[in-house]
Amino acid sequence: MILFDYSRASSVADAIAAARQPGSAFLAAGTNLVDLMKGGVTNPERVIDITRLPGLSGIEARADGSLRIGALARNSDVADDPHVARTYPMVAEALLAGASAQLRNAATVGGNLMQRTRCQYFTDAVSPCNKRQPGSGCAALGHATRIHAVQGWSEHCIATHPSDFCVPLAALDASVEIEGQGGKRSVKLTEFHLLPGDHPERETVLEPGELVTALTLPAEAAQFAGNARYLKVRDRTSYAFAVVSAAAALTLDGGRIGQARLAFGGLALKPWRVPEAEGSLAGKAPSPEAFAEAARIALDSAKPTGEANAFKVELARRVAVRALTSAAAGTPARIPALPASPFGLV
Amino acid sequence: MTIPIRLTLNGKPHAIDLDDPRITLLDLLRERLGLTGAKKGCDRGQCGACTVLVDGRRINACLQLAVSLDGAEVLTIEGLSEGDALHPVQAAFIAHDGFQCGFCTPGQIMSAVGLIREGRAGTDPERIREGMSGNLCRCGAYAGILEAVKDASARMEPREDAA
Repeated sequence: MILFDYSRASSVADAIAAARQPGSAFLAAGTNLVDLMKGGVTNPERVIDITRLPGLSGIEARADGSLRIGALARNSDVADDPHVARTYPMVAEALLAGASAQLRNAATVGGNLMQRTRCQYFTDAVSPCNKRQPGSGCAALGHATRIHAVQGWSEHCIATHPSDFCVPLAALDASVEIEGQGGKRSVKLTEFHLLPGDHPERETVLEPGELVTALTLPAEAAQFAGNARYLKVRDRTSYAFAVVSAAAALTLDGGRIGQARLAFGGLALKPWRVPEAEGSLAGKAPSPEAFAEAARIALDSAKPTGEANAFKVELARRVAVRALTSAAAGTPARIPALPASPFGLV
Repeated sequence: MTIPIRLTLNGKPHAIDLDDPRITLLDLLRERLGLTGAKKGCDRGQCGACTVLVDGRRINACLQLAVSLDGAEVLTIEGLSEGDALHPVQAAFIAHDGFQCGFCTPGQIMSAVGLIREGRAGTDPERIREGMSGNLCRCGAYAGILEAVKDASARMEPREDAA
């Protein structure tokens, strides 16, 4: 880790002003940032500690039915919040399926959005990587790509976004509150992360110095509470990133599907949502055929980067069908002992 | 430039002048304060050997910059027993042979203390295994660790949600 200047921000305005200088990084829990700094993957010259910022760690159910989660709320506090667990069960299940208890106790909501890819050619700090060193190339392409993208990638970068939490948030139309020199703004989570295109070094819509201050879930998100599941397939049952995951949510009315939501993790550099697949389910009775058709549509545009991740397309179809089937069966009264695991799922 | 921080460490107040902002809580404990119970396994948040409680919650000490913990309350394995009277989790690890080489044990015990406080697992073996997945044991003493956590959990305050 290279030496850096450390400062402790006392207000959001203070933090934003300090971060205007290039080479600055915000420090919340540091579970990802400190790890990357130790490995020399990222080398900020200035670290601005935002852990003391007042008013950013609350979880607030608002009168209009929406939910606001402060950016400094800890993953475990969000997952354990009774209102979150009851109203947005797949959000709680996804959080509990991520990382370890120690990391969830530290890691923050804002940090979860801002975490970097676990592409091994990015994190090794030496391979050519257009994210780390624009123009150096992509070492992943054509090599070990088990955790790499089958949607939305470019020849410059085939990495995936590693978050579980962001997948149900995308499905539920969450928004991200941002504050910067120019004031406050809000963007939809599905538009917050950028696909790699020609500039994989640009990962989010944040402008230099901008800070994520909160997440909001709209009131409509609550209607899926009874039929929502997160399913995560990984190389070991706990404490591993998703190879493929899916958040599936339905409203059921008289034996027919009203609205459907379906988003994937592990497929792209952002949570991947296909509105056409969701739309195909509206008005249908929940059935293996309807779910298979939705999964087919969802993966229609998928394209593996090579032989090594071709399996992910069929895996994602099956994960989608299984997640939709489980959602139709109903949200369990208690989050299972192994959250989001295919073991014990319908 | 030194950065002053205050910590309550195992119940005692400490005023510490950090001469480098890169010092993690783990390095502070081990290299500067002589508390070598928390172990440096991977130093990257993957093994759990450095688990301690900060403000009552288990975390990986290797990933926390000490400078960011001003005012925090830290509990390490050294502060767990009451004199010679072992903490119930420590006693349970001995009773159930929850270790072989012992390197991961302080982290396992602190993690188990955190898990029982969280009240999430009770005595359900599957929930305990899931709740302890952030602590690796390369000797593979998991069977004994599970029995120890189950036993300690049952002896400590039973929770409503204990399965």
